[in-house]
Amino acid sequence: MVQEQYETHEHDVLIIGAGGAGLRAAIEARAVGVSVGLISKSLLGKAHTVMAEGGIAAALGNVYSDDNWRVHFRDTMRGGKMLNNWRMAQLHAQEAPARVLELERWGAVFDRTKDGLILQRDFGGHRYARLAHVGDRTGLEMLRTLQQHAVAQGIEVHMECTVTRLLKDGDRVSGAFGYRRDTGRFVVFIAKAVILATGGVGKLWKFTSNSWECTGNGVMLALEAGAELIDMESYQFHPTGMVWPPSVRGTLVTEGVRGDGGTLRNSKGERFMFRYIPEFFKAETADNEDEADRWYTDKKQNRRTPDLLPRDEVARAINAEVKAGRGSPHGGVFLDIASRRPADYIMRRLPSMYHQFKELADVDITKEPMEVGPTAHYMNGGIRVDAETTATAIPGLYAAGEVAGGLHGSNRLGGNALSDLLVFGRRAGQHAALYAKSLSGLPTADTSRLAACARAALMPFESKGTENPHAFQAELQETMQSLAGIIRTETELQEALVRLGEYRQRLPQVRVEGGRAYNPGWHTALDLYALLTAAECVTRSALERKESRGGHAREDYPSTDRRFASVNIVVSKRDGAIITTLEPIREMPDELRQLIEEKR
Amino acid sequence: MPVVTLRLFRGDAGSGDFAEYRGEAEEGMVLLDVIHRLQATQTPDLAVRWNCKAGKCGSCSAEVNGRPRLLCMTQMSLFPHGEPITVAPIKTFPIIRDLVGDVSFNYEVAKTIPAFRPRPPDPDGVYRMMQVDVERVQEFHKCIECFLCQDVCHVIRDHDENKPYFAGPRFFVRIAALEMHPLDTHSRTEMLRAKAGIGYCNITKCCTEVCPEQIRITDNAIIPLKERVVDDCYDPLQWLFRKFTRKE
Repeated sequence: MVQEQYETHEHDVLIIGAGGAGLRAAIEARAVGVSVGLISKSLLGKAHTVMAEGGIAAALGNVYSDDNWRVHFRDTMRGGKMLNNWRMAQLHAQEAPARVLELERWGAVFDRTKDGLILQRDFGGHRYARLAHVGDRTGLEMLRTLQQHAVAQGIEVHMECTVTRLLKDGDRVSGAFGYRRDTGRFVVFIAKAVILATGGVGKLWKFTSNSWECTGNGVMLALEAGAELIDMESYQFHPTGMVWPPSVRGTLVTEGVRGDGGTLRNSKGERFMFRYIPEFFKAETADNEDEADRWYTDKKQNRRTPDLLPRDEVARAINAEVKAGRGSPHGGVFLDIASRRPADYIMRRLPSMYHQFKELADVDITKEPMEVGPTAHYMNGGIRVDAETTATAIPGLYAAGEVAGGLHGSNRLGGNALSDLLVFGRRAGQHAALYAKSLSGLPTADTSRLAACARAALMPFESKGTENPHAFQAELQETMQSLAGIIRTETELQEALVRLGEYRQRLPQVRVEGGRAYNPGWHTALDLYALLTAAECVTRSALERKESRGGHAREDYPSTDRRFASVNIVVSKRDGAIITTLEPIREMPDELRQLIEEKR
Repeated sequence: MPVVTLRLFRGDAGSGDFAEYRGEAEEGMVLLDVIHRLQATQTPDLAVRWNCKAGKCGSCSAEVNGRPRLLCMTQMSLFPHGEPITVAPIKTFPIIRDLVGDVSFNYEVAKTIPAFRPRPPDPDGVYRMMQVDVERVQEFHKCIECFLCQDVCHVIRDHDENKPYFAGPRFFVRIAALEMHPLDTHSRTEMLRAKAGIGYCNITKCCTEVCPEQIRITDNAIIPLKERVVDDCYDPLQWLFRKFTRKE
């Protein structure tokens, strides 16, 4: 029997992941009146959501009264180069304002306008100043507010616990199997519904803004359980990560620096972004420095600065400048706010950026420019979900947040991640709870699998091989960085696939030392399987899309191609193999199409 | 590349000792980088807790040469050349393994804090607050819950027996954030006095000194809260006044 062998917990709804989406889902499921268990890979309140800096995109209209959900919807779809699930983009734009106001009701304290309302800041790809924020630590404010609200609702949290497999009862999901970090003991969860809110795969690349946790566990769990993924070729390299010193390369520098007036310059001092305005955004982007600078204060008469083009465009432009030999001393470009805004303004708006550069790079951003370059940041694609309910193809399995795909299409706009977590976290919690309520008894977990799960998890201790898990992970990251990074080609992607195949062969040779209690070597080894799975999904999808669009750029197919304009690449696992298929995007209703075609 | 000597605590709650490692420190590295390098090359099972590596999550708290610090924000250039660097887990809480402490005490205290209770919104359904009125609360909201303030506070650092009666600086900051929130309607002074033990604090300001977010814990949170407790619980005139106008 299960109960005799492993620590076992029963919940109506089990939520895997305690970042913004997981916490918001937990709060909602609890409000529906079911029992909720929340699993956190780290301590509660440390999730990657705290790293979000700039703000939450929501058309509150506090700064520009012309803003509304229709404009937000349009910006999101255009930013995603129209690959987005339009229904998700619609729901997201419509519901984000209510979700932000709700956070305020739960105690969040955003920066204020002169009238005492929530202040909103400019960000890339958004027509109006739209991001509700707290200086440059908005993610922390949001996560802490949700955490405290969830704790007040008495939600049960399993901290420092990692799920390695989902359990099923026939076709439907019935729980999860995992281990506790502190003791290394196994733990079994039986649940009527499971929500994946595990975040992204940033640890696939060497230079990343993501923490150790972001190893694609949710992508792997969903795929293994039989669910599908979409848009996995599309990955967001944030244009501005730190590039120096080497040990902090990749650490995020908020887009808020540009939103608040900062500009990108190359080694010649040129504001090079004016040379990289794509046709698609020409009509709405300033083509000279004067107009761009006026835009910060007068959005009616002027077009947006190209410094705030969507992230995919800016990241590729920086990449091209560095390649052309116009980079900064450490292989990035300059991000300058010091010469453009007064020191006290910078300190007030960007305190944690000031602190970060002062402490880690010995650079005073009120006096000198920063050096920045692209860093792996966000998985635009993810688990395929139903727009209304966040349900996957597996009964009882839901997904929300970065791990879910669809909303962002081929490129996410800054600020849309935090609002995504709130809008679809809530929907996941609600619909998973309603589904759980509709079932009579707890499902029976397939207990015959538990022994196999435990054996698989313990394999690295018994391996006869000599592979070091940390070195293995670093090698995989090197491969992805050089062969499936920001600019891709057929030959390199094929080479990546070959190497990934070799890594799979070598995986059983990974060996760990020591015991099961809090052993990072073991944890790294166990996450490798998920990382490898995610790597293959990204690479296979990238091979399939023979064009450049959003967060997927091909050197051998440098422009967009109409044949790929309205298809998603869908990933699934059949007979043990990861396969990709092309699927047409559902036709958009006319009233939404008109919103997008509308000229500014 | 300069070679540094680290003395790291290895062991668990039952037993343990410091072990010496020699590692390389490149220019610009922080202590956590050197520890990660040791983990990758010499001792893969070395336990250390970390997440963001940018001073934003507060996971990698430890005691470095006896001083509570975030490992990810401790520059190697800080240390005198040639001297060994000692890294121990935070002392106030039980050890899980190596450099990782069991901070669950803090999560238990968090459950006891009466939650935010806002007044109703303005007639048009939204809240209005002026920036100047929220700045103090925003200072408190910078807290990344690294628990270094809890670690350094002698009330629980040197007296384990006080833990059931003392919430600690982190939670005085949390309560101050609620008490000074322009929208909150609840009073937590009796709780501060009776359950959170704010009277134990004798304002030595150690917590303020170690806070990586530079929150002025003692001056801006603890002292004003102590004054509120005195006003609400010990001032006879206030007591009488409250009899009639009490906010619950």
